[in-house]
Amino acid sequence: MINLDPKIPKGELGEKWSQYRGTMNLVAPNNKRRIDIIVVGTGLAGASAAATLGELGYNVKAFTFHDSPRRAHSIAAQGGINAAKNYQNDGDSIYRLFYDTIKGGDYRSREANVHRLAEVSVNIIDQAVAQGVPLAREYGGLLANRSFGGVQVSRTFYAKGQTGQQLLLGAYSALSRQIALGNVTMYNRHEMVDLVKVDGKARGIITRNLLNGKLERHAAHCVVLATGGYGNVFYLSTNAMGCNVTAAWRAVHRGALMANPCYTQIHPTCIPQSGDYQSKLTLMSESLRNDGRVWVPNKVEDAEAIRKGSKTALDIPEADRDYYLERRYPAFGNLVPRDVASRAAKVACDEGKGVVSTGKAVYLDFASAIERYGKSAAHSKGIDNPGKDTVTKLGEEVIAAKYGNLFDMYVKITGEDPYKMPMKIYPAVHYTMGGLWVDYNLETNVPGLFALGECNFSDHGANRLGASALMQGLADGYFVIPYTIGQFLSKEIRTPKISDQTPEFEAAQNDSQARIDRLMNIGGEQSAESFHRKLGKIVWEYCGMSRTEEGLNKGRALIRDLRKEFYADLYVPGTSTEFNPELEKALRVADFLELGETLMVDALNRNESCGGHFRAEYASPEGEAARNDKDYTYVAAWEWNDTDPILHRENLEFENVELKTRSYK
Amino acid sequence: MKLTLKVWRQKSKDHSGSFENHTVEAHDHMSFLEMMDVLNERLVSEKKEPIAFAHDCREGICGTCNMVINGKPHGPLGGTTVCQLHMREFNDGDVIAIEPWRAKAFPVIKDLVVDRSSFDRIIQAGGYISVNTGQAQDANAIPIEKDTAAQAMDAATCIGCGACVAACPNASAMLFTSAKVNHLALLPQGQVESPRRVRAMVKQMDEEGFGACSNTGACEVECPKEISIENIAAMNRMYVSAVIGSQDEV
Ligand SMILES: Cc1cc2nc3c(=O)[nH]c(=O)nc-3n(C[C@H](O)[C@H](O)[C@H](O)COP(=O)(O)OP(=O)(O)OC[C@H]3O[C@@H](n4cnc5c(N)ncnc54)[C@H](O)[C@@H]3O)c2cc1C
Ligand code: FES
Repeated sequence: MINLDPKIPKGELGEKWSQYRGTMNLVAPNNKRRIDIIVVGTGLAGASAAATLGELGYNVKAFTFHDSPRRAHSIAAQGGINAAKNYQNDGDSIYRLFYDTIKGGDYRSREANVHRLAEVSVNIIDQAVAQGVPLAREYGGLLANRSFGGVQVSRTFYAKGQTGQQLLLGAYSALSRQIALGNVTMYNRHEMVDLVKVDGKARGIITRNLLNGKLERHAAHCVVLATGGYGNVFYLSTNAMGCNVTAAWRAVHRGALMANPCYTQIHPTCIPQSGDYQSKLTLMSESLRNDGRVWVPNKVEDAEAIRKGSKTALDIPEADRDYYLERRYPAFGNLVPRDVASRAAKVACDEGKGVVSTGKAVYLDFASAIERYGKSAAHSKGIDNPGKDTVTKLGEEVIAAKYGNLFDMYVKITGEDPYKMPMKIYPAVHYTMGGLWVDYNLETNVPGLFALGECNFSDHGANRLGASALMQGLADGYFVIPYTIGQFLSKEIRTPKISDQTPEFEAAQNDSQARIDRLMNIGGEQSAESFHRKLGKIVWEYCGMSRTEEGLNKGRALIRDLRKEFYADLYVPGTSTEFNPELEKALRVADFLELGETLMVDALNRNESCGGHFRAEYASPEGEAARNDKDYTYVAAWEWNDTDPILHRENLEFENVELKTRSYK
Repeated sequence: MKLTLKVWRQKSKDHSGSFENHTVEAHDHMSFLEMMDVLNERLVSEKKEPIAFAHDCREGICGTCNMVINGKPHGPLGGTTVCQLHMREFNDGDVIAIEPWRAKAFPVIKDLVVDRSSFDRIIQAGGYISVNTGQAQDANAIPIEKDTAAQAMDAATCIGCGACVAACPNASAMLFTSAKVNHLALLPQGQVESPRRVRAMVKQMDEEGFGACSNTGACEVECPKEISIENIAAMNRMYVSAVIGSQDEV
């Protein structure tokens, strides 16, 4: 068993980070200039890290498979970013953000990390505003906030429905400045295909230049991965098409551990699937649950009629509607956390109350909000006894101002007008809480290998709260790694430049070449895409919103068979020495096949339900998730092994928060 | 619906390209790119080379997708990227021509994929505010008028796709460049560096081989984020006073 030391600093929870920072080893400026750092991934986490490390004086080489850092998947985040600013004076504080995150994560995250996250959250907003990120403002010129699920304060900052875009463009601009100054060398269209270790430490990577297929060696004193989440193991998800696990998974093959892979987040409000050709699912931001009410028909007959097209939502009278979130969770209503909302939608559809032909959708209805806002707008305009049309018109204007771009997106995709008919939504895979195991320094168990952002497992436990991923990515990149990396590098100041002309680099390059050749030479009949689709169906079916021991065993066996078929019948057109998107896909699917199996193994091991991991065998009589704190208050970190992944544990100690059954009733 | 596609095929920058015809069966609900996926899947099953096209988020925000459809960047719908375009906009029997962005500063990599790194270099020339991590003051220290912040947001909403360049008869990058210049110039944090920024970014834009702006307005019409051409006028004013104000190298 590997000793997983989280390296949590001593001291009171609220003092740990500042004390630790004050006593950490530093690297002197003249030494920084002699140290090389590789950053793989330039989304929010990677771009913010690369920029800041460049500002500090290190030599940074940054890599992305995209054609520009500005295309990273972070660009798609819609709703917002949390910070404990308490600008609304509604009782928010660093402690409350810490507590909400621990509770939201169903008591499966590390207290010290989460508290640090809450502490630095306030600096992120300051930094973003200084960079020119145009966050939404009130008439007085101060920053505006809104609410997200699972909390009772307004602490979410936003830029229309494009918060991720604006924050990423901020980090990208800081990175661009460092590129111009020569402190960061940027490698676009370069995909990391292996990690290189020398004497047990991470000292470089092998990349494939996607334009010409050349394998290249890059050496450095340490390697930082910020390569995003693995949600695309489900094939259909809200992730961009290119999101993949390859960088992290290659690190796992070199000894890093994959922690809690079964903690995957299913987002409750996505546009339902419409056909077999579908390539991805589209998120409708959680912010919509501030005003939208979720419901299904009370009677199965009504749902059937809707599915057949003989009735519509408007034909169902109030009395025959089940606003099931408001009914089941009166305290939080439509704003319960994501895992709770998603499971409730599944329950409703499993009861036969789904409202599209596939049976898999519920309504998100804005009619009440339109009426409420319309009346209030009429009142403030001095209109007495406004007619229904006036109220509706004014109300729709308010809704358009708040969510216009989301409503437009919905119309474009579905061809239906959500102002007139309730939206149809269904849960979809959205985010992965699991990821590379890291300690408090964000260092993996491989010395000199760090992991930031969605690709690590830290901070969100078994379920992430809305608007917390952007916060974590930027916290890691701007405010944590620039300090903690010094703990490793201060011991490396006498290490000369790392050479890439060593047997270790040679071997890693040969391994990568062999993997590529193997895929190119199979010469079968099926495309990488078709294998990816099949894998996704298996993972969704057996390791999706509800899991059972039997299903997981079956799913695992199916994935193993699929892996065999992949290596026997894959067809990759073209050659490996040119721009070849099909080969890129095949390499990624190969890694997803192994990760998919590890997901099943992890879910099988965890005989409890917590957060995004729901095992049907472990539920309360009311159908809520039943944790088993006695046996499972640990992080499950997996070492890859083809016969059976090997489990290593980090026990979670709760010194400040009492473990409770999560209740949103 | 049955469609005929005339798709641009080009092996690389150094090869010449030509149109290739394909027929496909599509459904109303499909997105345009899903229709392309179906075609590619068939090509692969026939052991032919699939059509290389750029895409990633498929929700109109990453700026990766770039196809000229029947002569229009991002296709027939206003304010829409090609990844958000759905087949219900087309009819049975339609013939659809699909080409890459065409501009000297955007060389073709393969088929419909082009190299837009020139945009990155324009940003590197000055599309930022010079503030290091940790140097910021409290976010609410400088109030910014709601409308001004909203205007800055409208300019900042550019996704860097390059449709403006593809639409322009001169392949000018003025809309892209001016959107960034204005976004930052509207905010108090960005004003200090404005004169230097505008000169540096315009200089880089010229060096990359983008054409001059002759005010045709095509860029604004085709921009999937509906960025206003007013940005160009504002940048021109800023540029003139910046050049008069300083002769320093940028
Ligand atoms: C539709 C959507 C909406 C969301 N909305 C919100 C929200 O409102 N609030 C919130 O807090 N969170 C939100 N999230 C989650 C959040 O956006 C992500 O968790 C976060 O942006 C991830 O950032 P990252 O930097 O870790 O990774 P990414 O942004 O995914 O960046 C990964 C980077 O790694 C690179 N990369 C990957 N593999 C390799 C490789 N092998 N070689 C080289 N480079 C590689 C990529 O090119 C990219 O640059 C949303 C997510 C989705 C899907
Ligand atoms: S694929 Fe991202 S904008 Fe079209």
